[in-house]
Amino acid sequence: MSGLRRYHAPVWDEPLIMEMSAPGRRGNVPPEPIEELDPASVLPAGLLRATRAALPEVAEPDVLRHYLHLSQETMGMIGISLFGTCTMKYNPRAGEQLAQRDGLAELHPDQDDSTLQGLLEVVHRFDLMLRGLSGMDRFVFQAGGGAAAAFTHATVTRAYFAERGELAQRRDVITTQQAHPCNPATAAAAGFNVITLPLESDGYPSLDALKAVVSDRTAALMMNNPDDMGIYNPHVKEWVRTVKDAGGLAFYDHANFNGVMGRLRAAELGFDACMFMLHKTFGVSKGGGGPAVGAYGCTEELAPYLPGPLVEKTDDGYVRRENPSGVGRVREYSGNLNQVVKAYSWLTAMGGDGIKEAADLSVLANNYMETRLLALPGVTKAIPTMTKHRLEMTRFSLEEWSAETGLKATDVQNRMADFGIDAMWLSHEPWIVPEPFTPEAGESWSLEDIDYWIDVLAHVLEEGRTDPEKVRTAPHEQVVAQFDGAGLDRPDGWATTWRAHRRKTGRA
Amino acid sequence: MAHPYMPNSTDDAKARMLAAVGVADVDELFEQIPDDHVSRTPNGLAPGVRSEATLRRHVRRLIDRNDDCVANASFLGGGLWQHHVPAVVDEIVTRSEFLTSEWGTPSSDLGRNQAWFEFASLLGDLLEMDFVGLPVYSWGSAAGYAIRMAARMTGRGEVVVASSLSPERLKVIRTYCGTEGGNDLITVRVVDVDPATGTLDPAALALGPDTAAVYLETPNYLGVVETAAAEIAAAARANGTETVLGVDPSSLGLLATPAQLGADIVVGSTQPLGIHLHAGGGVGGFIATRDEERYARQYPTLQVSLGSTTEDEHSFGMVLFGQSSYGAREDGNDWTGNSVYLWTVANAVYMSLLGPDGFAELGRTILANAQYAARRVAEIDGVEVRWDGFFKEFVVDFSATGRTVAEINAGLREHGVFGGKDLSADFPGLGQSALYCVTEVHTADDIELLTDSLRKVLA
Repeated sequence: MSGLRRYHAPVWDEPLIMEMSAPGRRGNVPPEPIEELDPASVLPAGLLRATRAALPEVAEPDVLRHYLHLSQETMGMIGISLFGTCTMKYNPRAGEQLAQRDGLAELHPDQDDSTLQGLLEVVHRFDLMLRGLSGMDRFVFQAGGGAAAAFTHATVTRAYFAERGELAQRRDVITTQQAHPCNPATAAAAGFNVITLPLESDGYPSLDALKAVVSDRTAALMMNNPDDMGIYNPHVKEWVRTVKDAGGLAFYDHANFNGVMGRLRAAELGFDACMFMLHKTFGVSKGGGGPAVGAYGCTEELAPYLPGPLVEKTDDGYVRRENPSGVGRVREYSGNLNQVVKAYSWLTAMGGDGIKEAADLSVLANNYMETRLLALPGVTKAIPTMTKHRLEMTRFSLEEWSAETGLKATDVQNRMADFGIDAMWLSHEPWIVPEPFTPEAGESWSLEDIDYWIDVLAHVLEEGRTDPEKVRTAPHEQVVAQFDGAGLDRPDGWATTWRAHRRKTGRA
Repeated sequence: MAHPYMPNSTDDAKARMLAAVGVADVDELFEQIPDDHVSRTPNGLAPGVRSEATLRRHVRRLIDRNDDCVANASFLGGGLWQHHVPAVVDEIVTRSEFLTSEWGTPSSDLGRNQAWFEFASLLGDLLEMDFVGLPVYSWGSAAGYAIRMAARMTGRGEVVVASSLSPERLKVIRTYCGTEGGNDLITVRVVDVDPATGTLDPAALALGPDTAAVYLETPNYLGVVETAAAEIAAAARANGTETVLGVDPSSLGLLATPAQLGADIVVGSTQPLGIHLHAGGGVGGFIATRDEERYARQYPTLQVSLGSTTEDEHSFGMVLFGQSSYGAREDGNDWTGNSVYLWTVANAVYMSLLGPDGFAELGRTILANAQYAARRVAEIDGVEVRWDGFFKEFVVDFSATGRTVAEINAGLREHGVFGGKDLSADFPGLGQSALYCVTEVHTADDIELLTDSLRKVLA
């Protein structure tokens, strides 16, 4: 183990907050009412709560310490996270601090536009920046994440064809096997039939396969490029042309924009719409899964169908206006604008030169990783016939190592955490690569961190040959041992609340 | 010059990586991209600002041009409400460990998973519901998903909603319910509320054999506590219809719980539980039910469950993952993705701090403050408060003053007051009315400022 750091997660044996209750304790006292009022004097008894809520009673310092302990038991920024497909990157503290100011945190969206000029200016400026990066004509930030932006596209598509009277005919949305699951799922939720194209030996579906399914029933193509294996479909222009010639719309899911930002413009490739994830590519915090922003941009032709309100610059300042023929709302209000301010701050800090350099460094680091990883016995990469340098990330396989040791990629995931490495990403469904893992270096992790990550993997793979039990029973240096999920998908096994757990275990 | 966010932007790091990869120039790595795909147009971005001092000054100046709800007395609500956020909530929710976390494993992210489970458990205690999913984007999204759950469960295609529903949420629900010509269309039927009380009369529901769900909120968007919620839930059950009930969790220390009212699927906003307004970015929506398999199998969310490790320690894992879109793509229950999981940490801290007595007191203070404010406002000539039986919001009718809400609100801004939400466009039947929101943050001085300012504006 020489050369690897000694690591042990902080272990607190932290009880659940529900187990910390002591009668009479308080963590916060609401203000006294302006004047006393008996609730029963204005509301009938049947409308009042019958029993006291079974919440814990805990004092303020104990609540603070409890959640500080939980933060210490969360690897997040403490470890090294090269979590592929999600592009983990640094979240600058300046943006986080700025978002805490009253002038942003304590704004109500129903305030008059005249009181929101700073915010609306940021939204407009950022819209212009994304137009510059994509060639699209208009962006909205209402979608609360990348999947919500895909849903936005599905509903915009629905509105577009409904207005043309073609919705009953245009029933099909085409995706690929390597498109993120949200693309087929949102298309289905918006009422379309999904057609999924399988991959060929070069890592992407053939143009012929596309042509075979495109017809006057085609509503839209929804695709990523490069995909989650770092493979770029070089025929994407022909793909888009094929779909558009048939009267369909083409949507570019830019989940993997990080490696190509500044080099590609969705509109120049022919796409009608695209989506950027501000909570990854543009440096906004992930928060373990939001609040996020899926910035959705489209051409003038689709702009009438966008959800409102839209922000515009006028001679009298910045205004929000409804979009009369738009899809209404995919979510309330204008979106997670606090996150838009962070993204604006990040992109201003990076600039045109910075994002080009970030893309270069990201692709360079991913190729550096690939060079070192493929030198490890037992590691191969997906679609080995695709020999060109990968973009954004590469998907690898531990199939050979697994056959040799009887261990799995999930065992490696658990054992690497013993060295301060946050869980590596394996693969989205469907798993077309056996024992997959998908590391992504990005531009925020130092060469030393990347080397350490690879050194740990090398150590674990070797350990799998010499001491497989150690790997199979990992983690050993983590907060708790390996999770046993057997039976949890059964009604008597799951408990999503403490109430359910106590009932099922017979604890009153 | 190296960029502060990019450790490898030094010449040395680049040279080492290029040498290891065996290419002379980074451009060679982009060989997959055909030449005619590469953009030749400048992207219009200015050079990066590498100094944090300069950046901070620039962004701060923009933000500080806004006029906020702290410097002004704000009476805006309507689904996003100004509540006190305890300092401990802000301290915890800005921790980098929570902020910069992604998927993890049950052991590497145990703390965050525990906070998620605590969120669901504490909310379950407040709602008296045993099964709670991880949250979705917003209250409107939660309502949309819940209605789709009900349609799948019943195999029916209609939802009944009250005309008092928030226009903003109704738009979201309509988006989720689909369009004529698509698959799985759910028809939204709007039922008028009783103009005398502002509440929904069970006799007006007209439940039919195709009614999948009744979607009802209490207090409703116009502030009134629905008096017949339990009767409506009973009538729905008799018709094989699911009752989807939307609730404001800040009311639940005081008002009847969804379980008491007989609700089947409960939704609502997580924003009142320790989240700032964030210009509309503070929203989150929850979905909760009884712990019955027929509901659990329809959840469109991710769910975290308490479980144990191989060494019998408490740990937490995702359950029923296979029915999500991550597990089943287009065959999953709707679709999922990034949502508002960071806010669940804020929610858990908030609910822990308040405890049962804090919620009871919060509810009593809000009710008393709102009723006090309404009484004082109604003392002004020509101003009428439409309905009683409200919790923290109430409709103020200015029609008799001969002034529009827009004029009045413009006048109030001159006095440092953000008046209530203008209802005149969305609810023309209410004339020139506005929805006023009063919570525990409002003081007697705020109400004095409001009434004095209203008198001056209406003079």
